[in-house]
Amino acid sequence: MSFEWPWQYNFPPFFTLQPNVDTRQKQLAAWCSLTLSYCRHRKLYTLDVMEAQESPVFNNKKIERKLSVEAIQVVFEELRKKGNLEWMDKNKTRCLIMWRRPEEWGKLIYQWVSRNGMVNSVFTLYELSNGDDTEGEEFHGLEEWMLLRSLQALQTEGKAEIITMDDGKGVKFF
Amino acid sequence: MDRFVWTNGLLEMNETLVIQQRGVRLYDGDEKAKLDVGVSLLSTHRLIWRDAKNHECCIAIPLSQIIFFEEQAAGIGKSAKIVIHLHPVSPSKEPGPYQHSKFSYIKLSFKEHGQIEFYRRLTEEMTQKRWERTPVSQPMPTTTGGSQQAGRTRAVGIVGIERKLEEKRKETDKNISEAFEDLSKLMVKAKEMVELSKSIASKIKEKQGDITEDETIRFKSYLLSMGIANPVTRETHGSGTHYHMQLAKQLGDMLLAPLEERGGMMALTEVYCLVNRARGMELLSPEDLVNACKVFDALKLPLRLRIFDSGVMVVQLQSHSEEEMIASALDNVSEKGSLTSEEFAKLLGLSVLLAKERLLLAEKMGHLCRDDSVEGLRFYPNLFQ
Repeated sequence: MSFEWPWQYNFPPFFTLQPNVDTRQKQLAAWCSLTLSYCRHRKLYTLDVMEAQESPVFNNKKIERKLSVEAIQVVFEELRKKGNLEWMDKNKTRCLIMWRRPEEWGKLIYQWVSRNGMVNSVFTLYELSNGDDTEGEEFHGLEEWMLLRSLQALQTEGKAEIITMDDGKGVKFF
Repeated sequence: MDRFVWTNGLLEMNETLVIQQRGVRLYDGDEKAKLDVGVSLLSTHRLIWRDAKNHECCIAIPLSQIIFFEEQAAGIGKSAKIVIHLHPVSPSKEPGPYQHSKFSYIKLSFKEHGQIEFYRRLTEEMTQKRWERTPVSQPMPTTTGGSQQAGRTRAVGIVGIERKLEEKRKETDKNISEAFEDLSKLMVKAKEMVELSKSIASKIKEKQGDITEDETIRFKSYLLSMGIANPVTRETHGSGTHYHMQLAKQLGDMLLAPLEERGGMMALTEVYCLVNRARGMELLSPEDLVNACKVFDALKLPLRLRIFDSGVMVVQLQSHSEEEMIASALDNVSEKGSLTSEEFAKLLGLSVLLAKERLLLAEKMGHLCRDDSVEGLRFYPNLFQ
């Protein structure tokens, strides 16, 4: 399935940070949604600012426009404010990108668990993300840190409890 | 001062009085003359001065003796003056109040004003040279230097060198006076040109309809390059606010047509060039122009000085509406897809600077957005809505 670019992607001004405040807000909103949907399409969980500049999202070779590093940082900062991104270092060169927030992932997992009548059962984290049962589910292949965060979110809601086992971590759903 | 001769104050045959002015004091060069305040009379042939109280005390100088003259503006505690440079004294001169003077010029100091009119009349007389056409009964002493030639002796030693230096100095003096003579002739010609432009302007008005539009435009451009009639100058309108107000009024008159031709807006630099080309001689300083533009508003003239965020100053018509300007910018950009300020300038026949200001304004209002790439700054319709 090929990624469907939004119309803005072929609009040259999209790649220049707009000085007009209102215009810039709309532009940034479009960038946020493009970044998230692209990462989701490619199942990306971490991004490097320098590498990102060369990725097709921020570099449209067809119209020969690329977003500057400063502008990318502005977009990422905007994503951080919305809770979709976390910086991994102080210099803000690498970041975790969460195209679904942990609560949303948790909700998806819990829906699957209850749909299959497996409430009160115990799973290992590996089973959830890479087990045969979850194949075809959206959270299949989810990176462990992300999975852990989603389960932690469920735990605070009182729907799950994370247990430490000999060879790693497990979870029990309520 | 030693050029003056005693006179009875009566006019000769063929001589007519041009103007007289009370409260005039004479200066021998830079020093006050040992005469009181009096009346200065200008006739077609002579410059006459008469003591205010003692009418017997009356001296005159033939106008032919004048090389050139200039105005000296008034200062704090100082009256306006006219400086008159004179030819060397002729040996056949009749007696006057001064036997010798180290100065070759005199000054008329106007205690009770009137120097502008006096100066104007003097200029007229000096150019018309009526004393040449109708000589008075007695021949006026002139300064053609035959006598000087006769008196020339061979000298050696220091005296010889001194004499040579003196001759050289006289030569230089003569050259300078000749040079200035040319300048005053130029001014006279400038006046004639103004007259000519006036007559052309009135002819255009009379014949409206008879001549084609092309010809009208051509005439108009001639007029513009020739100059405007009666430029407002510091001399005629003093200094400070009053001067700027008069200037603003004149600018208002002359800028209306060019502004309309250019779509209601002109950069101040462009205005500066246009105005000074039209004025020809009495050039405006940039500062005076800005100050004059600043009082447009106070005088309720249909013009405005506008300063853009970038600091660029323009003169625009008051009727010039911003919304219209922005709308037209948006229309143009939408039609072409995208425009740089250069392309927009070409499209509207504006300067690039102004075109850019318009685009930036439209961007500020959220109608346009920019694409800043290596190819330059382009403006697109704002599709981020």
